[in-house]
Amino acid sequence: MTTFPHAPGFVAGERPQIVTERFQYEDSYTLERYRATGGYEGLRKALQQPSSAVHEEVKSATILGRGGAGFPAGTKWGLTPQGVWPRYLVVNGDESEPGTYKDRLLMERDPHQLIEGCLIACYAAGLSQCFLYIRGEMALAQERVAAALNEAYAAGLVGRNVMGSSFSVDVVLHWGAGAYVVGEETALIESLEGNRGMPRLKPPYFPAAIGLYGKPTIVNNVETLSNLPWLMRNGSAAYTAIGTKTSPGTRMVAVSGHVKRPGVYEIVNGTTTFRDLLYGEEFCKGIRNGNALKAFVPGGGSAPWFTADQLDLPFEASQVGPAGSMLGSGAVMVMDETTDIPAAALTLTNFYAHESCGKCTPCREGGTWLQRILTRVVNGDGTTEDLAQLVEVGSMICPGNFPHASSERLGLAAVPFPYKMTTICFVGPSAYAPVHSALTLFPEEFAARVKHRRTIPVTAVGAPA
Amino acid sequence: MSRLSDDNVKLSREIIARYPRPKSALVPLLHLAQEQDGYVTREAMVHIGELIGVTSAEVYGTASFYEMFRFEPVGKYLINICGTMSCALMGAHELMHRAEEKLGVKAGGTTSDGLITLAHAECQAACTEAPCLQVNYRYRYRVTPEQVEQLIDDLRAGRLAEEIPSHGTLARVRQSVSAERFVGAVSPDVEAAQPSWLAGKAAL
Repeated sequence: MTTFPHAPGFVAGERPQIVTERFQYEDSYTLERYRATGGYEGLRKALQQPSSAVHEEVKSATILGRGGAGFPAGTKWGLTPQGVWPRYLVVNGDESEPGTYKDRLLMERDPHQLIEGCLIACYAAGLSQCFLYIRGEMALAQERVAAALNEAYAAGLVGRNVMGSSFSVDVVLHWGAGAYVVGEETALIESLEGNRGMPRLKPPYFPAAIGLYGKPTIVNNVETLSNLPWLMRNGSAAYTAIGTKTSPGTRMVAVSGHVKRPGVYEIVNGTTTFRDLLYGEEFCKGIRNGNALKAFVPGGGSAPWFTADQLDLPFEASQVGPAGSMLGSGAVMVMDETTDIPAAALTLTNFYAHESCGKCTPCREGGTWLQRILTRVVNGDGTTEDLAQLVEVGSMICPGNFPHASSERLGLAAVPFPYKMTTICFVGPSAYAPVHSALTLFPEEFAARVKHRRTIPVTAVGAPA
Repeated sequence: MSRLSDDNVKLSREIIARYPRPKSALVPLLHLAQEQDGYVTREAMVHIGELIGVTSAEVYGTASFYEMFRFEPVGKYLINICGTMSCALMGAHELMHRAEEKLGVKAGGTTSDGLITLAHAECQAACTEAPCLQVNYRYRYRVTPEQVEQLIDDLRAGRLAEEIPSHGTLARVRQSVSAERFVGAVSPDVEAAQPSWLAGKAAL
């Protein structure tokens, strides 16, 4: 296992690498290094086949979308309506889910891999123009992708007659300007049209039917597309030989918080467990200072929390869902025994309340209510009624049983994912998810907060390492 | 002055030409305006509206949705300290506290010399490197309170002028495509045929 000063956070290991194999090179973002390490060979192979064969290859690899929803890319490409042209590709590089750090690394360290992935997708799915949307706050990623695009255009790899073939497509670089909700694919499209980035009413459920400018549009995540060059070079059989049948390949996971070695790891999908990841010597090496694990968020700030009871679950959606949470965007946030649970939940609720676009009332009003009530509780001014009120507000965003993990300590059975929702997108439910998890799994901390009003000193969340 | 300069108008036209509809260039053009003046002025929004054929109210309507656009002058350096979960777990509150003390302003404020604006930020996608902050969207990782003080000293002494451009400038490398290589924006408004490369033969 190795780290590199030029790739902050990334930890390499003796594991299969699909998207991070070039991170070891300081100059991995240059066309020269990229070509010297198999770059654009996947595209060449693709162009030497009919596009339908490339689409089939991607379908048989079952690349699950890495943005959060986990929808297979090849299947998504097939959802476009018959005979409607043109079709567009929009690349979602608006990474901003709390805990998530992988797409930015891929854009900063290997922009050509992403560009090659975009070209393969456009060729296979018949997409006539590609828009690469990068989060506004990521100046270095914007510079690296811009430089890579300029190199690739000049080398005849993008634009008119790619590699001298009959395939022509432009990739247009686009910057966002700071809005979490734009990560939702219909909001991303609105933003790309020059509007306020608010999610669209559904149905239609998929932009593949009606998307950018009302035309069929495929929205794929940066990591998803970054898998395509390797896949085309090595074939779908090699791809599915890694991981499990339902979760093949690898995925990038960022582990942050109270572990000995936080980092971004490319792990084998489907088989790696949370225990491997948090305690394994090749991964995070355990909880800091030998402390006990209190809780962890398994899939980004929107995901219901797990505790030590769920450590042996693998990165496999079909097991994590029934256990009460989701894998989301590959982000694990770890809280040790020193963590003040209500205060930790508040940091996430603050985030989602701040990021509500204001379109749906339950999210716009409910998120802020949750934030205000929880702030009162954390500050020691809350009452028992406030705790009931949190659940009441939550039930207006997500009616019915909200998912949570099982707890042996409390004798609780799991409520499976997903939830019902009264909002168009997931920002509203995400504001409630941390509150519900914290209240359900650590009721005693809230009880103490309201019982001993003002007598408990307000502490910082956790303690610096 | 606050309308876009001639160079920026030229650049704007290039950017607009890449999109099937001009309004898609709105956010990129707002970035250009913010780069020119350090914030987005009213005159620039009127000018952008003229360039893409929408009203200035529509320009402001979009602009005001996004966190990064400022409509009043801010410091030459904007320090964004992340306070979302991973950073909070690793001591972000202490960073903010120390920065506020050192600068003598609260989060959201600007120093009286106009050099530094301090702001609370939400997740910056550097969670494994927590606690983190950005200065004009350039990262600092695993920051200690002492490093925050050092950073402020360095900014004041002008030692980071080369690494960190003034507020408003994001990427210093732009996409630029020669006319010969550019296929051209694909309009949704023209009845299009199936792309030629889908015809069943290999493209190469």
